[in-house]
Order: sequence, then C-alpha cells, then structure tokens
Amino acid sequence: MINSLFLISHSGDIFLEKHWKSVISRSVCDYFLEAKEKAGDPENVAPVLQTPHHYLISIYRGKLFFLSVTQTEVPPLFVIEFLHRVADTFQDYFGDCSEVLIKENTVTVYELLEEMLDNGFPLATESNVLKEMIRPPTILRSVVNTLTGGSNVGGTLPTGQLSNVPWRRAGVKYTNNEAYFDVIEEIDAILDKSGTTVFAEIQGVIEACVKLTGMPDLTLSFMNPRLLDDVSFHPCVRFKRWESEHVLSFIPPDGNFRLMSYHVSSQNLVAIPVYVKQNISFLETGSCGRLDITIGPKQTMGKTVESLMVTIPMPKSVLSVNLTATQGTYTFDLTTKVVLWDVGKLNPQKLPNLRGSISIQTGAPKPEENPSINIDMKLQQLAISGLKVSRLDMYGEKYKPFKGVKYVTKAGKFQVRT
Amino acid sequence: MQEWASQLCENRQFGSKMTDSKYFTTTKKGEIFELKAELNSDKKEKKKEAVKKVIASMTVGKDVSALFPDVVNCMQTDNLELKKLVYLYLMNYAKSQPDMAIMAVNTFVKDCEDPNPLIRALAVRTMGCIRVDKITEYLCEPLRKCLKDEDPYVRKTAAVCVAKLHDINAQLVEDQGFLDTLKDLISDSNPMVVANAVAALSEIAESHPNSNLLDLNPQTINKLLTALNECTEWGQIFILDCLANYTPRDDRESQSICERVTPRLSHANSAVVLSAVKVLMKFMEMLPKDLDYYGTLLKKLAPPLVTLLSAEPELQYVALRNINLIVQRRPEILKHEMKVFFVKYNDPIYVKLEKLDIMIRLASQANIAQVLAELKEYATEVDVDFVRKAVRAIGRCAIKVEQSAERCVSTLLDLIQTKVNYVVQEAIVVIKDIFRKYPNKYESVIATLCENLDSLDEPEARAAMIWIVGEYAERIDNADELLESFLEGFHDESTQVQLQLLTAIVKLFLKKPTETQELVQQVLSLATQDSDNPDLRDRGYIYWRLLSTDPVAAKEVVLAEKPLISEETDLIEPTLLEELICHIGTLASVYHKPPSAFVEGSRGVQHKRLPGSAGSGESVESPDTGSAAGVSDAPPAVIPSQGDLLGDLLNLDLTPPATTGPPPPATSGMQLGAMDLLGGGLDSLLGGDLGGSSAMGAGFGAPPAAPAASFSAPVSGGLDDLFDLGGGVGMPMGAYSPPKTVWLPAMKGKGLEISGTFARRAGVIQMEMTLTNKAMSVMTDFAIQFNRNSFGLAPAGPLQVLTPLSPNQSIEVTLPLNTVGPVMKMDPLNNLQVAVKNNIDVFYFSCQYPISMLFVEDGKMERQVFLATWKDISNDNEAQFQIKDCHLSSDAVSNKLQGSNIFTIAKRTVDGQDMLYQSTKLSNGIWVLAELRVQTGNPTFTVCLKCRAPEVSQCVFQSYDAVLKN
Repeated sequence: MINSLFLISHSGDIFLEKHWKSVISRSVCDYFLEAKEKAGDPENVAPVLQTPHHYLISIYRGKLFFLSVTQTEVPPLFVIEFLHRVADTFQDYFGDCSEVLIKENTVTVYELLEEMLDNGFPLATESNVLKEMIRPPTILRSVVNTLTGGSNVGGTLPTGQLSNVPWRRAGVKYTNNEAYFDVIEEIDAILDKSGTTVFAEIQGVIEACVKLTGMPDLTLSFMNPRLLDDVSFHPCVRFKRWESEHVLSFIPPDGNFRLMSYHVSSQNLVAIPVYVKQNISFLETGSCGRLDITIGPKQTMGKTVESLMVTIPMPKSVLSVNLTATQGTYTFDLTTKVVLWDVGKLNPQKLPNLRGSISIQTGAPKPEENPSINIDMKLQQLAISGLKVSRLDMYGEKYKPFKGVKYVTKAGKFQVRT
Repeated sequence: MQEWASQLCENRQFGSKMTDSKYFTTTKKGEIFELKAELNSDKKEKKKEAVKKVIASMTVGKDVSALFPDVVNCMQTDNLELKKLVYLYLMNYAKSQPDMAIMAVNTFVKDCEDPNPLIRALAVRTMGCIRVDKITEYLCEPLRKCLKDEDPYVRKTAAVCVAKLHDINAQLVEDQGFLDTLKDLISDSNPMVVANAVAALSEIAESHPNSNLLDLNPQTINKLLTALNECTEWGQIFILDCLANYTPRDDRESQSICERVTPRLSHANSAVVLSAVKVLMKFMEMLPKDLDYYGTLLKKLAPPLVTLLSAEPELQYVALRNINLIVQRRPEILKHEMKVFFVKYNDPIYVKLEKLDIMIRLASQANIAQVLAELKEYATEVDVDFVRKAVRAIGRCAIKVEQSAERCVSTLLDLIQTKVNYVVQEAIVVIKDIFRKYPNKYESVIATLCENLDSLDEPEARAAMIWIVGEYAERIDNADELLESFLEGFHDESTQVQLQLLTAIVKLFLKKPTETQELVQQVLSLATQDSDNPDLRDRGYIYWRLLSTDPVAAKEVVLAEKPLISEETDLIEPTLLEELICHIGTLASVYHKPPSAFVEGSRGVQHKRLPGSAGSGESVESPDTGSAAGVSDAPPAVIPSQGDLLGDLLNLDLTPPATTGPPPPATSGMQLGAMDLLGGGLDSLLGGDLGGSSAMGAGFGAPPAAPAASFSAPVSGGLDDLFDLGGGVGMPMGAYSPPKTVWLPAMKGKGLEISGTFARRAGVIQMEMTLTNKAMSVMTDFAIQFNRNSFGLAPAGPLQVLTPLSPNQSIEVTLPLNTVGPVMKMDPLNNLQVAVKNNIDVFYFSCQYPISMLFVEDGKMERQVFLATWKDISNDNEAQFQIKDCHLSSDAVSNKLQGSNIFTIAKRTVDGQDMLYQSTKLSNGIWVLAELRVQTGNPTFTVCLKCRAPEVSQCVFQSYDAVLKN
C-alpha cells in the first residue's frame, strides 16, 4: 500500500512529506525529478515510475505534483484515485490546492493526511466525515481558537464512518431546505479540416447541492433515461433501482457532491453547436503566413452560444501575429505562442471573424505541423444530449424543500484540425 | 488581562496573518532552544502552538528529534488535538529514540481502555505505527482487546494494526494467534471491518507466498460479496482484488459471482471499476461461450472501459495499459470503440503513445480507412516520438490488414514527400517490412525511396535502405553507385549498417557479377581485414569462402527466398498475457511484466493463471494445466513467431521481422544452415570459433544435426535443429547430495557434534545429520528449529531422536523438510540458521544447503514456453559462469543434471560445440533457464543462466558445478 507522500512544487521543490510506514528518504524523489526534467512539460511526466526499490505514482494537480511511494505491488489506479481525493480535500478545506495554501495550513494538512490513510490503507476520505473530525480553517475560528485555547479537532466519533450511509452525517438541520441539481454536459470532439466530425462524445455530470434536514430519501427521474447507458454513480445511488426502473434513488450526502457522471458515446449522433471555417497557411518562401477564422452556429437547439473562446497554439517559429477581430479581442502570448481570441456571444446575424498575417522568424523553415484550434463555449439551459429531469420526489421527511434543476452545455476537449 | 496582553504580543510577533505558514519563518539558530522552552510552558495554548511548530518543522524535513522528551511530556492531556499532534510526532521519531518511546507506553495502554471509541482506536492505531520492538511487546494485549472491541470502528482499526505489527515482527503475530483472529473478522457483521480484515490479510499474504491465509471457500466468498455492496469504495477494491484470487468450482458459481460483481462497473471510482473488470475477465474464462450470459457480459464490459478514458490523464494511462492487455485477450469487447482511442492534441505524450498502440491492435478491414486518416494526421504533429510511432503504425497497418496495404504505401509516400527528416527515415524502415510481407508488389516506389538516400542519418533507416537496394539490385540501375557511396565511410557506420552493407553488396555481386567485382572485393577486405568486430569479420569470411569455393551454392544461400513476416510482431506471449490478465489493475499490468520480474528479493510469487473453460475441472494452481487450457482458448495469431525469439536468444545484431507460414523447403543441409545466417545472425552463434578459414570450411562441410523430419513440427525456420533433442534423454541418475560436513563442532556444542548434509529423495527435501555425543553425560530431548530463510525451509516434523544418546555414541537422523515456513532473504541466499536444543543447552549454527535441493520434479518447461520466457527475461538478468575441469560428454552432462532435476529441453550441436538448453524450477516457483555450452575436448563449460530473480543465479551455478563434479 501507500508508504509515503511527497508534495513537490512545479519547480521541483519538495515542500512536504508524510510517511505512513517507515520513513523513506526524500532522495527517492530524485528519480522523479529526473523524469520530470526529461519530460520537459510537467504534464508529460509518466504517472507510474519504477526505481530499484520503490514505485513512484504521481499526479499533477494545480501546478503541484502529488508523489506517492510504494514498496509492494499495489493497484496504481487505487493510488491515483486516492491522490486526487487528497487534492480534492485540500481544495475543499482551503478553497484551492496550491503550494502557498498548503504551506499556510501545514498542520491541518498533516492532520488530514493522518486521518485519510492508516498504514497505507484509506481511512476516512469522505469530506463530511473528515470535517467532523478536523474542522476546516476559517479566519474567525482561528482567531477564536487562539483566544480561547479551543481546538479545531472534533472530539466525537465520526458517526458517518460506520453507519450504512457513511456519506451522510446524522442530525443535519437547515431552516431553508433546498435541493439543486446541475446537469452539465461537455462535448469532446475532433473536427477535421473540412468540418466533418471525426469523433464526438458527450461527458455529462449531475452535480448536486442538497441542503436538507434529517434523513431525506430522494428519487430523481428522467424523461428519457434510455439515453444513459454508460453511467458511474456516487456510492449513495441504489444500483438495483436504477437497473429495474431507471430512476436515481438515494439518500444524499450533505452539501455539494457529484451524483452521477455519464457518457454518451460516439455511437450516438452528437450535435455540434458551432462550425469553424478556417484557413491557416504558411508561405513556402518569405517568413510569413495567413490566418482566417470564422465561426458560425450549427446545431444550437435554439440557444445562444456564449463565452465563446478560441485558442490556437502556433508553431514555435512564429514571431508575431497581426490580426483583426470583427468581434471580441485577441491576445498573442510571446512565450507560449498561443493566440487567444475571446469572442463572447455568438451572433448568428453577424459572424465573428479573425484574420490577418503571421510572421515567422527569418530563416526558419516553413512550420511542419498544422496548429489545431481549440474552442471553448457555453450554452445555457440546454443539455445537448437531450437529457431532461422529469421530477424529484422526497420521502422520509415531512417538510417541503425548494427544488431546482439547471442545464448547461460546454465544450470539453473540442478541437478543429487545420 | 495580562494573559490576553501577552498573547496579543505573541500574535504580533508571528505577523498579522493567523496561518501555519508562520511556522516556516523561524529558522533562527536558537530555534530548538526556544521551542523547548515553549513546550515546557505552563500555558496550555502556548504548549499547543509549540507542538504545532514542531510538527510543521517535521513536515518540511527538519530534524526536531532533540525535542522528544519535551513533546512526549505533552501527551497526557485531555485536548484531543494536542494528543493527536503528539502522536504524529511520536510516530515519526520513536524509531530514533526507542528508549524514550517506552515512556509513552503507559499512556497508550491507558488510552486503549478509554470509554471513547475514537480514543481507543487512535491509541491502537498509533501504537502500531511506532516501529520499535520494545513497544510491540506491550501492544499485544491492547490489540487483542481491540480486535474484539464492541465498537466496529475500533475493530476495523485494529485489523489494520495486525498488518502493521506483522510488518515489524511477523513471528510475534503468528505466535500470538492474531492471524486467526483476523481470519475470524472476515465473518464480522460490519462490512468495513470485513474489508479491512481482507486488506490486512492480503498484505500479510504477500510476504507469505505459500501460506493459505486467505482460504477462500464458497461461504467466505458469499460473505465478501455481501460486504462488497455495503463497504466504502476502498474496501470494495480490497474485496474485489481478493475475489479475483478465488477459483470458482463450476461455471454456475462463476456466473453468480459475475452477476454480483457487475454493478461495480458503474462505480465512480475507477480503481473499483478496474478491479471489477479483473474479476469478470478472469471468471468469464469459465463460462461456456454459447451461454447468453457470456454475450451479455461481454457487452457490459465495453462502456466502463470507455468511461475510464474520460478521466484524468494519469488514470487514462493506467486504464490504457490495461486495455492493451484486454484487447489482446478479447478483441471483441472494444472492436466497435475505435474512435475513443483517437488522440487529442493536448493529451499528454504518455497517453498518446498508448492510444496509438491500441488503435493498431483494433485496426481491421472495417475501420482501416478511419485509422489511416488519423495516423496521417498524427504524422504532422509536433512531438517527434509520437510522429515516429504514428509512421510506424501506418506500416503495421499495412502488414496487418492486407486490403489496406496499397493505401498505406501511398500514405507513406505522401509522408516521404514532406521531406521531414525523421518522418522519411521512419517511413523507409517500415516500407522495408512491407516489402518483406508483400514481395514483388510495391517495388515501383523504390525510385522515390532512393531520392532520399542522402537525408538518412539514423542507422536503422540506413540499414533498411541498404537492404532494399541489395534485395532489388537488379531493378535499380545505379545500385552499385548507391552502395558504393555508403562504402566510403564504412568504418564510421554502426555494426547494423556495416553488416547490412556487406550482405547487400554480396547480393548485388551475385546478381550483377560483371560490373561489381571490385566493389565486393573492397567490402570483403574492409570487413575481414580492417574491422575489429568479430561478427562482421566472421560474416565477411563466410561470404568470401562461399564465393571463392562455390558461387552456385553462394547464390542459393544468399539469394534464397526469405520467409514472409508475420502480421503482428509485438504481441505479448500467451502465457504471460494470461498471467497479466489475472493481474489487471496492478503494477504488473502497467509494466506488462509478471510480478515475479520486479517483486524484490526471493520472495516467491505464485504465478496466476486463468481458469480453464467450463467443465474442464482443472486445477488452476498448476501452471502447466492452466496454461494448456488457456492456450487452446486463445484467439488465433497470438503465437509469437519463433524466428524472432531465436533472434533474441542468439543476441542478433539486427532484429529481423518474425516469420510465419510454412517453413522454407529444406533442399539441402547447406542451404538450411545458411538460411538463418541471412536472417541475421547465426554468425554470432558460431562466435569466435571460426577464426581460421580451415575451421570455417569444416563448419560448412558438416551437415547440420537436424533430421529433416523435424521440419514438420509447427516451429518454423532454422529453429528446429535447435530442438532436435526431443525427449531423448537417458535414464536419470540419483540426485546429487554433498558429503556430510561438520556443522556444529563438539567444542561449541558442549560435547554435541553435528555433521550433516541435505538431499532430495523422491521429491522430499531431507536434512541428514549425524549426531555424536562427545560429552560425558547422556543427551536427551532433542529438538530443532530453523530461522526464517530465503526459501521458507522448515522442518516438516519434529526431530526424531527416540533413544537417549549415550556418551561416545552416534546416531543418524533424517529430518524431512518443507518449504512453507516464513521467508526472509538471507546472505548468502542458501544460508540456513539452525537451532538445536537438547537437555543441556540450545546450540546455534548455520549451514549452507545446495540450492539443487529445491529443484522440483516438474521443472521441465515446454519448449515454446522456454523460448518465450527466455525472450521475455531481460538481458540484465543474465549471468554467465565457467565450469572448469569437467570431462563429461554432453549426454552424460544432461543425464547427470536431470538426476538433480535440471532438465535438458533441447540440444543443438554447432561446429563441435554442444549447446544444451535447460530449465529448472525452484520450490517457490522461480524458474531458472540455462544454456550450457560443452565443447568436445575442452574441459571448461560455459553456463549462461537467465532468471527473473537473478539473485539465485550464483547459487544455481554452484549447484551445476557441484553436480557435474560428483
């Protein structure tokens, strides 16, 4: 199981270590740092590395490496999932998962890590269980604690850990009872030069924010559940009910959580909300090129495309660009060579266009690769797969909660090849 | 009021921000001293702040161990946070201050009785983390209580604590009976307790490969399945991994387990999903294929695998490595999901390369157009490694899907037109393979290839281009000019290119003898006279001699028709694939290597095998039967091509693509021998023995040892003669047993002298001892015990000395041994520490046993498996030894070795040198493969050992030496 954890900054500085078994010297990280050096881009460091005596399994989150060391055979996914959970917990506790915040809260971090893992086995990883044991820092509380000698460690047994519903604590009370669900869909797509869809799929999640008193038992049903053939559920969802009736029946965790994620595969037709007409070319001689991009609405289901943003990573030999945008603004980052065009709302009457010239280092050969164009966008009040929630019922409690469902569609990894 | 003020001052001193980062700022000289003062302060709050500072320093790796007594003093407190912080500190530093740590014991023991279960659990948990022997003694009683605690939270914490304790002192855990208590917890009413018990037992079992700690039977399986539904995600992983080790009795049980595991495929935690996939992939083997449920299950496996690919890149990577295995074993699962493996330009490079691999595996006639379009797209990307692999992939598609070959070739030509240097080079390398797969079809492109000759600067591409020129010399008008241009810098080329150039020019000469005489003489003299490379020199001499004695034969040899190359060249060998399928989701599955290849030390690892299909009723534990059943089920075209294997076996300089199809016609022995010479490397086999030209002539004069009949065997190419030995090994002789030596001299044994030896008789390891009483009084009450040792040797029964041993009397005792005892790596590996007790005292001595005692009777490996395994084991694990002064014939050698369970699988005679290929299996399942070279008249043998646990090589060699010399 997991022996040790090292937190390593973007630049390769080991700033925190925690051992759950015997202490492993931090020199073990040298292997990792070497691999990092070799990979160049931190995102390209392979997540599983082998050293003569240890295995190093790492993730890269928030410009930090979470590096775990194990000595025996262990499922690597288990370790990676756990590391992401650690990062999630930090985010949950400190609002973000960054070096500065972790350093500011070392002791809490240390206490958390101690509670999350025992002898390398996960102990308490549910946020609500952890929060019962170690209260998240707030400015007010730390001041109060200093003055009163109070503590931010809970003295009670975390009830959730043993009940049949470990994700929910007992005795929850709210004056306003509310349950909100966000259906968020992301379109992952690759379009080729001519605009034909090479590949497209939808990654959907239902994020819930449930603040209900007592032990409510909820049932969420859909108009068209047949769409969902590939789903992953939060442990609270009763799988049998889903299999037999295609409804989500569950006792919710308290607060924010991801109820389910689903995947509408490339077998089904996926609606593509925009089309991109583009032409990026470099001249054989002379160090320059042309760029011309127009974006228009395609299958938007009657909604407006908002927060439209276009990212074009240019070849390294590009020196500068001189472009004109009919709508929005563009920037060109000289170090990363990325053109970022913030378009905003897409107006079907007046299509946004970006065009102009590109200049290349003199003497550099014509770039070999074609840059690919990444699109970001948002469509409110629409789940592009067509998924619709029909109703939410509550059992087990008497009060009437506020209920709400929101839909939004975004571009995920949406790229256009040139 | 005053306290309030002082605290205010303190706060100011720390800076205005009330965060922990302030602890980082104090790096002044007197820091430790200051902290010491604060820790001993009367004020609770100040104490806590000080402990926090200490912990913060500790987390960043500063040494604050000097504060140990002061921190421990803070332990007795009602403040839970303070207590926890002190515990954290203790865990870190107890090891370096064991005497101080004892001070804490009382508080721990007291806390284990606390009415608050949280405190009880915390105490037992922390105690287990203090890795100090003295503390563990005190831990036993509290732990025993906690394992039976009324509160499940305490029980589950205690279960993990047993694993911790086992890590520190395994013997203690066994002696105290904690393992049995742990096994009982599998039937606990609380699912979390069950899960933790399973996790703890699994971890302990890993250090006891032979023990049957997790004795799975239908009842326990049922309990695990029940707990599976109710425990946390992590618990589910432990339980699923444990389930995967179970072998269902029949297909019905298998199906019912599959049905109960399938819902886990919808879990949000990808590790749960993959562990469930492992269980299903394994148990599916037992289901009859015509069963409806079998089809349903296949369909259910695809979506979760696809979903894994939308997770974070790190998860994707592990998932892809596993999908690579799954696709090889059951291609039908994902055959329609090609598109999800399309590469996104912002995928990390490690994900891109894996996706590409799987795309090629899934490529078929149905989707080849899409795949090719994608590959072409990738070939224009930025990342060089990725582009190269994409170009290679196009070539592999051509070879795999015949209908697409033409399209692939034209795509490759397009890419060559881009003139991007590395793209051109890769393209030429793969086009060479395409020529070999489809001879006389695409040669029209040669002209285009020749245009790019100058831009090639990588040896592999140069060698490929030279091969093409030589092979098609008759169609290339200026072939001689082209080859001549390479010859100019002959000595600066790599060996690969030099060898290829030599062969190509000889080919050219045989095709166009009139114009190229000068050229061939030039290359032959460069190769033989000016080169220091033995491979090159030998090949040069062979050609020279061949051309000068019999040009017709030379033509037959050099221009012989080459076998076609196979479709897939990088498939995992089937037995390894099966084993890896059983390890889905583990590190082994990520590395595509069996766990035995990288589990440290000589801890044996049981090789896992897929169960046979329904009704076969075969025992799964036995690797032989298991693999036999599995192979017959395996999809076609997975059999690795033997030519390739032989190539590696002989350390070829150039890896030729694999051969399949019917073996080439064996017209004459001569041609046969030379055939694999052209394939690229018999010369390395012939090695330095061909120094003189007379010896070389003799080498060619002698007909190869292979009877022509052996070509009907499915093994193809020149390999057969390697394996002509068949079962033709004579009657084995008895196992070797060294003479007795004195282990315990009477001086040290208070009059008891023990001499002894080890023997293996009828499959039982025995320790044979002579006990001599050289004292004045009678000795009685003999007993024996072994320390933990590398192979788990332990007495199988008590030491049978029935009558008292009178003075000056001797007695012969035979003690049967087994290998299920506790394991610990010894130095040397075969060292055994023994304690013998009698009525007088306890005596300790150590002795070394010949490792041949551990060679088991079923150590004869299948030839194919041998080849595959030899190939699979990395060359780093190879060790070479010399056996001197041995005057035995090779047959006598194999007979003698077989007596000690070293089995000769094949024999090959080359130029008066016999090569014996041998396998041996150790009692813990480690295989050792050997190549023994015996040259008639030369008393020095060379033995070359390959083993996944290279540590044993030295001992095995000693056994060879001992067996052969006695």
